[in-house]
Amino acid sequence: MAVTTTLQGRAAGILGRRPLFGALVALLVLMAFAEVALGPVRLGPSDLLKVLIGEGERGPTAILLQIRLPRMVLGLAVGIGLALSGCALQGVLRNPLADPGLIGVTAGAAVGAVGVIVLGNFFVGDLPAVVRPYALPLGAFIGSTLVTGFVFSFSSRGGGTNIAMLILAGVAVNAIAGALIGAMVFISNDQQLRDLTFWSMGSIASGNWMTVTVTSVVAVASGLFLARMGRILDLFQLGERAAFHAGVDIEREKRRIALLTALSVGAVTAAAGPIGFIGLVAPHMARLIVGPAHRHVLPAAALIGGALILGADLMVRLAIPPTEPPIGLATSMIGGPFFLWLLMRRMRKAGGNA
Amino acid sequence: MRFLTALLLSAVLLASGDARAAGPQRIVSAGGDITEIIYQLGAGDRVIGLDSTSNFPADASEKAQIGYIRNLAAEGILSLQPDLLIAAHDAGPPPAVEQLRAAGLRVEIAPKGDSVAGVQEKIRFVGTVLELPEQAEALALKLEEDMKASLEIAEANTERPRVIFVLNTADGAPLVGGTETSADAIIALAGGVNAAAGFEGYKPMSQEAIITAAPDVLLMMSQTVDRLGSIDVMLSRPEFQLTPAGRNRRHVAMEGILLFSFGPRLPQAVRELATALQQKDG
Repeated sequence: MAVTTTLQGRAAGILGRRPLFGALVALLVLMAFAEVALGPVRLGPSDLLKVLIGEGERGPTAILLQIRLPRMVLGLAVGIGLALSGCALQGVLRNPLADPGLIGVTAGAAVGAVGVIVLGNFFVGDLPAVVRPYALPLGAFIGSTLVTGFVFSFSSRGGGTNIAMLILAGVAVNAIAGALIGAMVFISNDQQLRDLTFWSMGSIASGNWMTVTVTSVVAVASGLFLARMGRILDLFQLGERAAFHAGVDIEREKRRIALLTALSVGAVTAAAGPIGFIGLVAPHMARLIVGPAHRHVLPAAALIGGALILGADLMVRLAIPPTEPPIGLATSMIGGPFFLWLLMRRMRKAGGNA
Repeated sequence: MRFLTALLLSAVLLASGDARAAGPQRIVSAGGDITEIIYQLGAGDRVIGLDSTSNFPADASEKAQIGYIRNLAAEGILSLQPDLLIAAHDAGPPPAVEQLRAAGLRVEIAPKGDSVAGVQEKIRFVGTVLELPEQAEALALKLEEDMKASLEIAEANTERPRVIFVLNTADGAPLVGGTETSADAIIALAGGVNAAAGFEGYKPMSQEAIITAAPDVLLMMSQTVDRLGSIDVMLSRPEFQLTPAGRNRRHVAMEGILLFSFGPRLPQAVRELATALQQKDG
């Protein structure tokens, strides 16, 4: 019986949701286009075209190819990576409040990044010159993978991964990471202090194609694997035992989700700093729009995450030029009220039914 | 013939017009010291954008704001269509500076300088970039002269008072300027001794360490004092009550941008602080 409902549900779901997905894709494409076409420097369609066919002047070419295009690509990777990781974590932990920050991934990345900013003068000089510009993202990435690895191995003693232990270990690791960052803030000098303050507010203005490419490949590739796990995540909602009986190798899947999340969030945080809120809210928005089934929620969350980041970046770039407020402010400023509005609408609907 | 004369005349006029307007015309400046130097060299009207640390002279507040010097936004600056970004040594982040250079903008980063020679070097640097070398040389020499006078006042003070600089008190321990800070440098120039030796940078200092340091004078920025409401809020704290500064109520409040600019107003800052340090009662 469960099978027939699923089948019917799936057929109705895909047919019924096609316009919704169409709208989300259109929104994302629109945002991506706006991110490249709009900015504090006004570039007309003819400038864009000239750059496109390789005949642009130096100024517009650099603005499009060195400033806006890398931002757009990194923004998409960040949005997609954070949204899918948040979605998968909420699914596998069966906890609607889970986001990559909860199990310490972001904190691990932050310790790595802050460590490079503050202690950098002691070892960055010894690194090969090619690696030096990437010391910070590398540090952040190593931090996040180490922490995720530790949290998962700690909570999977004695055979199975214990979800409650995982979340508690995440809380403890967050506290330790906070203390380590505090210690480094204490020994930092003025300039380092200002650098790490700005790093911690996030920015997708990295502008370095190398960083952007590596981040995007890692985040999107691990994201694609996560996006295909809809059925498994749906089965997890029935409880781990039920999922096991439905033929899911729950230990393997949990490890897989942990690894993919660490890769994707680690890469994204390394390049753009800790950008909060997207990982938590994009999946919820997706659920409110396309319903609870993960095979719909995952792609919808990815689309929403990408659109949110690009929308937020457009907002910070256009709000008060020539200055640029940090993107973290805007993600919460757009996402927060929109999320409240969705919740309110749902409550009203529920009230009407009752 | 008359036509030719007119042509020649206008060519000469044009050329002289060009000469007067030599050098960059649409300048974006980042760094309070650099901005002050530009204005002192008489090129303030060529400035179109400033960072948030540039708040002197008052006219500076009318220019476009490009944000904080360590957090510059490349496209925002380009949108002002400048022909020069001249910045203090700590301008960043590096990718934004690279992006600006890639877009064809001339970017000039000034050397660091927390001494008289350092400020002179900054003045000459700005003079070269703005193509005002004579004015810069004159300003650098004037700085040296003024500084001599200020240092005489400072050296006349044989007491060598122990000075403690408190940046602020967030909650709990006061944030105090240790060695390797601008506060340390200006205190030394003004004839005082930094009472907070033994640590680098601005650090929260424990109450007992403050008592042991036994400062004779409490130095604060006037805006911090305004925020506290009164200097008494600080002087009446137990750790300060137990120091010579607290007992004798010796304190100095100076405008932060003057005290720490390390620009052309350095002699003025040293003179004011040195004079204030000679007053035995607050």
